[in-house]
Amino acid sequence: MWDKFVLELTQASHGIVENIARFLPRLLVMIVIVIIGWFIAWIFKVVLRSILRLAKFDKLSQDAGAAQLLNRAALPSSSELLSRLVFWVAWIGFILIGVSVLGIVGIEEHVARFFGFLPQLFASLFILFFGLLAASFFSRAALLAAVNSDLPSPRLISWTIRTLIIVFTISMGLEELGLGEHTVVVAFGIVFGALMFGLALAFGLGGQDLARQFLQRRFGRHGKEEHEDELSPL
Amino acid sequence: MAEESILSDDFLRELMNVGEVDILVGLPTYNDARTVSHVVQAVRAGLLKYFPRQRAVIINADGGSKDSTQEIVRASSISDLQNAPNLHALRTLHSISTQYSGGHAPGAALHTILAAAELLRASTCAVVSPDSVNIEPEWIDRLLRPVARDNFDLITPIYRRHKFEGLLVSNLLYPITRALYCKPIREPYPSEFSFSGRLAVQMAGLDIWQQETGRIGGETYLVVSAITGGYQTGQVFLGPKSRTDQSAPADIVKALRQTVGILFSTLESNFPSCSAQGEMKIASSPDGRPAEIDTEPIRVNRKRLHQMFVRGIVDLEPVLKTILAASTLAELQRAAALPEENFRYTDELWVRSVYEFAASYHHSIISRDHIVQALAPLYRGKAYTFLTENRETSAQEVEVCVEQLCVKFEELKPYLVELWNGKK
Repeated sequence: MWDKFVLELTQASHGIVENIARFLPRLLVMIVIVIIGWFIAWIFKVVLRSILRLAKFDKLSQDAGAAQLLNRAALPSSSELLSRLVFWVAWIGFILIGVSVLGIVGIEEHVARFFGFLPQLFASLFILFFGLLAASFFSRAALLAAVNSDLPSPRLISWTIRTLIIVFTISMGLEELGLGEHTVVVAFGIVFGALMFGLALAFGLGGQDLARQFLQRRFGRHGKEEHEDELSPL
Repeated sequence: MAEESILSDDFLRELMNVGEVDILVGLPTYNDARTVSHVVQAVRAGLLKYFPRQRAVIINADGGSKDSTQEIVRASSISDLQNAPNLHALRTLHSISTQYSGGHAPGAALHTILAAAELLRASTCAVVSPDSVNIEPEWIDRLLRPVARDNFDLITPIYRRHKFEGLLVSNLLYPITRALYCKPIREPYPSEFSFSGRLAVQMAGLDIWQQETGRIGGETYLVVSAITGGYQTGQVFLGPKSRTDQSAPADIVKALRQTVGILFSTLESNFPSCSAQGEMKIASSPDGRPAEIDTEPIRVNRKRLHQMFVRGIVDLEPVLKTILAASTLAELQRAAALPEENFRYTDELWVRSVYEFAASYHHSIISRDHIVQALAPLYRGKAYTFLTENRETSAQEVEVCVEQLCVKFEELKPYLVELWNGKK
């Protein structure tokens, strides 16, 4: 009985020692992968930051209005933020590769899902950035056109266009990520429909005088007076 | 060759039938049926009266008119000269009408005329506006003679204008061109002008015609190219510029794009020579006559100009913040807050604003087209001040006022250089 107990204990301790002996090199490999990964991710970050600075990415994001959003949230500049994001994504990738070397059951599946998710993440960030850029450009174009055409409430027109494009962009980005696809599409449809309906009502009910004035100016007696006042700038 | 891609086969065939010419007069048209007949008659009379021995051709480049402009041009070209029955041609005076591709674009019309001039080896060329209702046969002589006889390369016009007509020219285009290029050219965006064959060849070969610069502002680009290329430039007095002249766009944003936008874009390649404090070169005036100004009373809605300036400053604050220096914007906001009767847009503030716009355009702070558009409310403010200050003034006083503005543009040129080089 005692001998059998000692034998089992010896075998168990041998097993533990063997497991530890098998695990330690993997742990070491993992640590090496994590360290090398940190170094490679750091190189990615430095190179990307230099490229983005050369490409004047901060100016582009300022045009897009992204820089102002980041400032308000006390975050670093767009190029710094993007290079940090790439650093962390790359390093987490290496950490997960290292963890998968340990051979822990179920981890490989999570690692594969993480790498499968990366293209979607970058695609949605891409959509978001260019959506913000488009929102900034078109809202400014609308503001300038409205001011130069002497339309009422130019800032409201500009804000509406900006908001619509941003809402549309966010919904596209979230759909790309696969987050609540149907909810986002339905929510967007409801918001957009409500906005258009509201605008139609507002124009129909509130804009009667405006429409009358416009038509009078365009076709009525006042048209000639306005024209006579025009001076050729050239 | 440049013309291979833009001249249609039919047009080429007609040009080949004409052969080489001495003089080419270009007539860019687009829906000008109302006025073009008179212009063609005046051009024909001018050519027959003053250049009877030269081989000449009139080229009508049409942008796809829907009002039979081309038919009227062809009919006018073969009909008898109504106003000058005693004129007889010693040589055949050819007239060709063609429709350029790509739809109405002033630059495409000019490119067609330049390419035809290059192909026909014309030594003297002119472009005439199809809606110059005041045109006389003498205009053709005044435009062509300095190029044909005195070896000028570019002749721009001087008109008799009303003191409140062409405010963009007198308050911005003329002073800034004079300050930057040291040439007092009164009409940097001319609707009538003449040029030598060698300038035509050089211009036809440029690659700007497919770009926005060439399509909308070929005339300004030609003037700047002649100045910077060392060509001999001059000015001639033509006559009154009628208020019914519709060649100039009434839309201020369009006018700014065609002139100021092009002027700013030409600075990109010419700034090193512009930034030097050069000696003012007097543009030769072959006939020696200065600009003339009419001072008849005229109805102007100044109140609307002021309102649009004030609204523009308020509503465009986020855009102007990115273009103007903080101190300039603050001054503009203070001025916009004043009651209408106390409001003045001073020369110094106007020049500083314009130079800051030019530097922002260079640095592409935002979309360049947006920068040009954002200048419109400021121009309205300056136009209001000019109209108010000169309501009762004489022609000489208006000239003094324009001259003072020119001097201010020249004085503040170092400020533009600093902004351009990013030192401020």
